[in-house]
Amino acid sequence: MARDFSWIRPEPWGIHVVPADCWIDPSQPVDRALVTHGHADHARGGHGQTFATPETLAIMDLRYATREGGHPAAYGETLTLPGDVRATWIPAGHVLGSAQILLEHAGGRIIVTGDYKRRPDPTCAPFQPTACDVFITEATFGLPVFRHPPVREEVGKLLHALAANPDRCVLVGAYALGKAQRLIAELRAAGHSDTIWLHGAMERMCRLYEEWGVDLGDLRLVADAKKEQLAGSIVVCPPSALNDRWSRRLPDPITAMASGWMRVRQRARQRMVELPLIISDHADWDELTATITEVNPAETWITHGREEAILRWCELNQRRARALALVGYEDEDD
Amino acid sequence: MERFAALLDALVYTRSRNAKLKLLADYLRETPDPDRGWALAALTDGLDFPAVKSATIRNLLTERVDPVLWTLSRDYVGDSAETASLLWPEPPHPPSPPSVSEAVDALSRMTRATVMAELPRLLDRLDANGRYALLKLATGAMRIGISARLAKTAFAQAFDVSVEDVEEHWHGQQPPYAALFAWAAEGAAPPATENLPLFRPFMLAHPLEETVIDMADYVAEWKWDGIRVQVVRAPGESGLGETRVFSRSGDDISASFPEIATALDVNVVLDGELLVRGSHQGGEAGGAASFNALQQRLGRKTVSKKMLADYPAFVRLYDALIVESEDLRALPWHARRAALETLALRLDPVRFDLSTLIAATNLDDLAAIRERARDDAIEGVMLKRRDSPYVAGRRTGLWYKWKRDPLTVDCVLMYAQRGSGKRSSFYSDFTFGCWDGDPEAGADLLPVGKAYFGFTDEELKWLDRYVRNHTVNRFGPVRETDKSLVLEVAFDSIHFSKRHKSGVAMRFPRISRIRTDKPAHEADRIDSLRGLIRD
Repeated sequence: MARDFSWIRPEPWGIHVVPADCWIDPSQPVDRALVTHGHADHARGGHGQTFATPETLAIMDLRYATREGGHPAAYGETLTLPGDVRATWIPAGHVLGSAQILLEHAGGRIIVTGDYKRRPDPTCAPFQPTACDVFITEATFGLPVFRHPPVREEVGKLLHALAANPDRCVLVGAYALGKAQRLIAELRAAGHSDTIWLHGAMERMCRLYEEWGVDLGDLRLVADAKKEQLAGSIVVCPPSALNDRWSRRLPDPITAMASGWMRVRQRARQRMVELPLIISDHADWDELTATITEVNPAETWITHGREEAILRWCELNQRRARALALVGYEDEDD
Repeated sequence: MERFAALLDALVYTRSRNAKLKLLADYLRETPDPDRGWALAALTDGLDFPAVKSATIRNLLTERVDPVLWTLSRDYVGDSAETASLLWPEPPHPPSPPSVSEAVDALSRMTRATVMAELPRLLDRLDANGRYALLKLATGAMRIGISARLAKTAFAQAFDVSVEDVEEHWHGQQPPYAALFAWAAEGAAPPATENLPLFRPFMLAHPLEETVIDMADYVAEWKWDGIRVQVVRAPGESGLGETRVFSRSGDDISASFPEIATALDVNVVLDGELLVRGSHQGGEAGGAASFNALQQRLGRKTVSKKMLADYPAFVRLYDALIVESEDLRALPWHARRAALETLALRLDPVRFDLSTLIAATNLDDLAAIRERARDDAIEGVMLKRRDSPYVAGRRTGLWYKWKRDPLTVDCVLMYAQRGSGKRSSFYSDFTFGCWDGDPEAGADLLPVGKAYFGFTDEELKWLDRYVRNHTVNRFGPVRETDKSLVLEVAFDSIHFSKRHKSGVAMRFPRISRIRTDKPAHEADRIDSLRGLIRD
């Protein structure tokens, strides 16, 4: 007999854990929020109490100054919430501090993945597959056209462009939380030890990563550089700054962007990107479908992204699934 | 194929025109014959493989992946070739890419009976970028922002010849353009073409917009609402004379207009507007039916006697490029006009007449005359510099078009669909409607048109988001919106139509403004649209 999961309710602005009266990644202020990770579409300021990993709380504090009301939950730690609900934060492999949240109540186990990926990432703990009855998964790249190539290949493309254009700089647009630090760490792992220059908006988050033990090598601010110093180097900025007036100070930049969307040529063109780097912090199609298979839940619920295709895949594989119509999750900049 | 695939990718991601030209020119210089010729043909839409169509790709893929997943993917990516290149199962063995000419050979040997077995063999020899290049080559629709003109300019740049000469020698040459490369790259004699009925590149006009010109230097002419054509007669290979009618893009449309093709007995190259006899444009004196009437004749492979009688076509002449092997193109406009007027006396008046000049001594006079153009159902006016030579393409300062101002109505957004090409994955194709009565009294919205341009990139992003957040229904790739957004739609003219439930059809509709300030019930009613019809 199918178990009753009515104690958890997807509403348009978040997932409501009814007996504990708390919300997972709500898009509006609530009394009690359980937060999976620090990206702005999942973690918002203004909640009464926020339960999240210490890293995520640090990120939220940096962004929203939400020192008040934070309840840290380390990976693997189980908190008991009102209404006999137990919540455990499990690594999701998305960005520093990102977690899946396992909820246990009335003998049922539900996992909310937040965002996740399965590939190794030197800047965060790897996704840990965990058995559950209901697996509430993201589907940002839930179309079979999305198969991210190995990160090493993409980093190789970047270093090749750099070497081939000693008079220019390569300006990489990368999401300020997660993608930028991962890209820098991967460049370091590939042996690139030169100074990497940062747009001012990236600095604090990079420092936060360093405080949490992620070594990013020599980082300096573009604002402190002479133009000729930047020739032949890598500059990292938020995607929004790529075609901004800000980038005019750079020496003939090659515009690159690190994002899973770069798989689709016209998406790269729309962003006016010359050097697309297919680097994503989300699971691609193969990872999504493999994860559902591995976790093997009784039901799969899909929060946001290309939910139709994952639904179809579930149907073809005789898996119970439903799409939740959540609003407010942005996925355009990954 | 790797080099060609790399070229395509580099072109996709390169914005600057000069950088594109350099990429193309380098490729054309460094790649051997015949590969470079085939590549050039692919980029200029000069290849056709009848066995490989967009539907072929779909069929191949839906044998290998679930059809629903194919459709969702294709809809998202906005390009069949790219979708297929990404969805194609990775072959077990490492790639062994064919050369471009090897691929072209294989593609041209395929038939509908063999393509489903042969094309996979080629795809299995390539990686994802190679598959993309192969499928682009095979289906023709490049959509990578390279116009034929740009490719020809790159060819000229690669071999240091003039682009005018390239244009001139281009037509009549078949891929892989061996004679063209021999001429440009190795200094051989240009291909002999003067006795063939070949297309010559059109001279085009810039929109006048804010430009102020002195009418002493320009003449004005009506801009008739038909299609621009070039009529060419030459001795041909038989020497008996062959006539061709070419559309603006250089397509041979002679078969659709046999009455024009048979009416000419002088060897000439003429520029004019193809029209159907009638009194819609400019009344009896104008002598031309509406564009709608001409549309009945377009795109037909064979033409019935009834069609010929009901919609008799003629060409209203604008210019003469060549008359009896004398090339007039370098002469000033007034000299060509004099030659055209003399020539017109010798032509069949049923099929050819002269575009008359408009007497206007200054722009204000002309503006007043242009204002009347709508009542006369004419598109607008043309301004041509009296001393302008006939040069290919759009040269600043020589010719201007000054269209009458568009009509606008306020419509309600009803449906949206994802676009293709550079609008790929954005909801950018909009269907909008007007009220069939009083919305307060329960009237319905009926679709009155569809548009996918007119907005800025920023507005497109906004509209895309709007559609996603206001979807009430999905029908495959189409989203139905909650019908709350008013769009100001501009269009050139509006006509009765039996094909549309609303009974009207717009010409050149485009989104001119997003009217978030206006509630949907204040959008226009179909009655007011009907009032704008001049049929």
